[in-house]
Amino acid sequence: MPYRKINVWTSLDWWTVILFFVLFFIGWLAIYSASSDFDHTGMMTLSGRSGNQLLWIFISLIVGCSILIIDDDWYSIFAYWIYAFIILLLIVTIFLAPDIKGSRSWLVIGNIYIQPAEFSKFATALALAKFLNQFKFNLMNPKNFLIALGLICLPIGLILLQWEAGSALVFLVFFLVLYREGMPGMIILIGICMTVFFILSMKYAEVFFDKTVVGQLIVLVLILLIAIGYIFSKKNKQVIRNILFGMLIVAVISTAVYLLYVYDLTIVLLTTLALLSIYLLWLAYKFWMRDYLFVVLFILFSISFLYSVDYVFDDVLKPHQQVRLQVALGMKDDPTGANYNVNQSKIAIGSGGLWGKGYLNGTQTKMNYVPEQDTDFIFCTIGEEDGFVGTTFVLLLYLALILRLIYLAERQRSTFNRVYGYSVASIIFFHVVVNIGMVIGITPVIGIPLCFFSYGGSSFLSFSILLFIFLRLDASRNERL
Amino acid sequence: MSPNLLNTEKRRNWIIIGICLIFLIYLIQLFSLQIVDNNYKKWAENNVFFKKVRYPSRGILYDRNNNLLVYNQPAYDLMVVMKEVEPFDTLTFCNILNITELQFRKRIEDIKNRSINPGYSPYLPQFVLTQLGNKEYGILQESLYKFPGFYIQNRTIREYTYSNAAHILGYIANVNKNNLAEDKYYAQNDYIGKTGVERSYETYLRGEKGIEILLRDAHGRIKGKYENGIHDTDPIPGKNLTLSIDIELQKYGEELLQNKLGSIVMIEPSTGEVLCMAASPTYDPSLFVGRQFGANFLELQEDPYRPLINRALSGQYPPGSTFKVAQGLVFLEENIITASTMYTCYNGFPPGGGKPRCHAHGSPLNLLHAIGTSCNAYFCWGLKNMLDNKKYGTIKTAMDTWKERMEAQGFGVKLGIDLPGEASGLIPDSKFYNKLYNNRWNPFTLISNAIGQGEVTTTPLQISNLAATVANRGYFYTPHVVKAIQDDALDPVYSKRRETGIQKEHYESVIEGMRLAVTSGTCWQANLPDIEVCGKTGTVQNAKIKDHSVFMGFAPKDNPKVAIVVYVENAGFGSKIAVPIGRLMLEKYLRGSIPESSLYLEQEMKNAIILNNAL
Repeated sequence: MPYRKINVWTSLDWWTVILFFVLFFIGWLAIYSASSDFDHTGMMTLSGRSGNQLLWIFISLIVGCSILIIDDDWYSIFAYWIYAFIILLLIVTIFLAPDIKGSRSWLVIGNIYIQPAEFSKFATALALAKFLNQFKFNLMNPKNFLIALGLICLPIGLILLQWEAGSALVFLVFFLVLYREGMPGMIILIGICMTVFFILSMKYAEVFFDKTVVGQLIVLVLILLIAIGYIFSKKNKQVIRNILFGMLIVAVISTAVYLLYVYDLTIVLLTTLALLSIYLLWLAYKFWMRDYLFVVLFILFSISFLYSVDYVFDDVLKPHQQVRLQVALGMKDDPTGANYNVNQSKIAIGSGGLWGKGYLNGTQTKMNYVPEQDTDFIFCTIGEEDGFVGTTFVLLLYLALILRLIYLAERQRSTFNRVYGYSVASIIFFHVVVNIGMVIGITPVIGIPLCFFSYGGSSFLSFSILLFIFLRLDASRNERL
Repeated sequence: MSPNLLNTEKRRNWIIIGICLIFLIYLIQLFSLQIVDNNYKKWAENNVFFKKVRYPSRGILYDRNNNLLVYNQPAYDLMVVMKEVEPFDTLTFCNILNITELQFRKRIEDIKNRSINPGYSPYLPQFVLTQLGNKEYGILQESLYKFPGFYIQNRTIREYTYSNAAHILGYIANVNKNNLAEDKYYAQNDYIGKTGVERSYETYLRGEKGIEILLRDAHGRIKGKYENGIHDTDPIPGKNLTLSIDIELQKYGEELLQNKLGSIVMIEPSTGEVLCMAASPTYDPSLFVGRQFGANFLELQEDPYRPLINRALSGQYPPGSTFKVAQGLVFLEENIITASTMYTCYNGFPPGGGKPRCHAHGSPLNLLHAIGTSCNAYFCWGLKNMLDNKKYGTIKTAMDTWKERMEAQGFGVKLGIDLPGEASGLIPDSKFYNKLYNNRWNPFTLISNAIGQGEVTTTPLQISNLAATVANRGYFYTPHVVKAIQDDALDPVYSKRRETGIQKEHYESVIEGMRLAVTSGTCWQANLPDIEVCGKTGTVQNAKIKDHSVFMGFAPKDNPKVAIVVYVENAGFGSKIAVPIGRLMLEKYLRGSIPESSLYLEQEMKNAIILNNAL
């Protein structure tokens, strides 16, 4: 294999480095502001949280530099070992971690608190990259796909056992990487469909139209529309005509009956979907069309999903998760309860206006109205003190970083580097979207940090490791010719 | 899967499009939160700024001789912040406060009830009890640390040096819902003047509240001043008022009126300043200070003699014979009579078949003697001749002209005194009688108005104002009880001369009659040896109850210093009670003290008990 030694420092992607520095610097300023009192303004004290964070930034930079010095081959060579070690650590954590605010995810060594779940992200990314990097690898080979799925789901399971649902959700973002590597987009679309179905059926679960539950009705109508839309896109006029005619008959009969006797309208839709499925199965058999079979599978899967939502909500989710979800869906409005955090964070951000109240002048964050203001809700400080200008700037910085990482990932020659690069971009993307989304009241309150911003050593260090490994890989992308 | 089977560029683009789309949605949400919706700024302020009111001290009241009448004393309100309350010994707490546990629980429930207490917040101080006594405050202050969440708030309440002039001074009490709705100045549990000067000069007396902007954290704890207090404002104290009342005179008047129903009003004719406005029964203004307010108020409100009513302003009585003075002036000005016009009287008004009746005196007689002896028939003749006079065209025009002349003298309308609750009295006009008698009426229908009976009613204040216009010979100043406002000018309406439109010479004729009444007529008891008093009695006949006794006068005859009315309900002849009281009041004011010769009269008047048994 031809080999060329390259100076890491000259081939390093400085754009990413600059974005990283700018982000953590702004983040550190925000932590300083959020954790300071009005009394201490003007004095840069490094005690307390901002000092701590500075220490962790320093440690992370040293670790980052070490990563850059280590030979890039190491990561691919040790990928599985690192993954195995982290999985072991996760297992150990389940048994050793004390209960901290209902979560059993922190390992306590003296004064230092470490959250292994944070480090499982880069480990999983490395393992996945290594697995996909095989010669002539085909992701859609069922065995390969299942192994990839296993690599992702193993840490999810272990983290769920630590009662850290938020951190576990992060791993879903690896499906984005798999999509890039050949997984059918249909799986992502179905994932989105199921999420939408879940939200709609939950949101309107207690709304009734006569005897019909509106949530179920809407979802069933959506399933029907998606199925028919897909069939119509095949442009088989005979089939379209038959389906429209059949639906017309069902509509006339059901309306007539409804006028005489009020019944649950979901029956009509279930009947329609059943008739449609039978017709499509017949078509699939007659013309040997896999597409129609797929639609039938979609319909069956969606309906069974819809009717298991209630079960999932009542029996799988914990009460505080149920409430968070209901609040995020606007089903519950309880300003002092679960919604309090989101309300206060929206007030803090909303009161910032265009230019904000000025650095260190945020009243809402200073007076502790926003909970977790230097960790999960750190974005509030930006919103209140620097206004729309500040939030837009930070948001665009993240967008720039993510797009830059995707650009870097795409220019890699090896699958290992590319998969890892996409993993880094996706993980950062997920954290930014869920964290800021929760702070501005779009996504449910899920306790995950804003990368490079939130106070917290584990999180900062793990994101730095995640990023610097990719920077190291990228720097030596041209070593092998 | 080999790369050539995979459309990698398409997949990359979909990912980028998805990411950008989500960031765009987030930017739109941020734009709507931070730029479009202004509510968040308001909520943020409500969150964090605790606007603590700095109460100004209320203006102090002095009498015309700079005697202190009303001032402020500290009071202590017990406040509670529900969020900070921890379990405590309720029994001890209630014992200190001198309330039962039941009352305490009820009070706490009321505080939490948003329909009773709309501004309730568990994070903000709420009133538990207002105006703690000094003793309660002392004990509570020592053990307050045992009751977390409870605080003492200092405020000021009124203190009175005299127990007199309650109707004039008025009282302050907590604002009600209407006050809160009408004026943004007020907040829950603020004090507002409810009656008297406290009410009419409320905007001067209350001053301006200051505000202290404090920062409050999420737990409701105060974290210090906002921006070192540069946005704070100091309270501006209320303005002090100097009343025109002479408190010694007022006190004396109230003493003379004790155990009687009625009023005394004394006005300085040259200024319109009210020197004394005593109404009986009255009450001690200090009854309305402190926690006993509610109980005392209820008791006074249920008193059948209605001590809360200021009879001098709100009492509407027939003026009786004092009205004859105003009549004579109108007849003279309208050329119905001259000073020498003689009318006959044979123990009554001859055209009315001897009705209204009159007492025995010489006949015919002129205006001088008609006033001097208080002849009924003379003024009936006058009114009849005025109403029948062809120069007006119709009786209706004549009647309305009469009403206009009366109104110009201050009857039938509110004079506009700077006190709330003034009644207008009634001077009927043609429309009034058209309605009352269905258009069928003539001079005889209403002839008793000529002698201050019938439909006409007036307030004691209006009669005293008539005395002032006569003393001034044709004009008056709107009566007022506030002489000066600290650092501010009095409303110019109180320094504006109001003309009656009746010529001065006519007044001289009437004054001669009033002088005659004192020297050798009905009010001989008011005749002072060295001061020329002019006066007129009134004996107001009532349908079922005893006559009201009235005296109206002024003194001295030249350059008058004071105009007076004394109106005592159900005291019989004017000369019996009203004239002696009038004499004492005049002596008290003009001499400064009561001469020994009048002391027996003073004793007699103070001891007289004339309460309406019909009640």
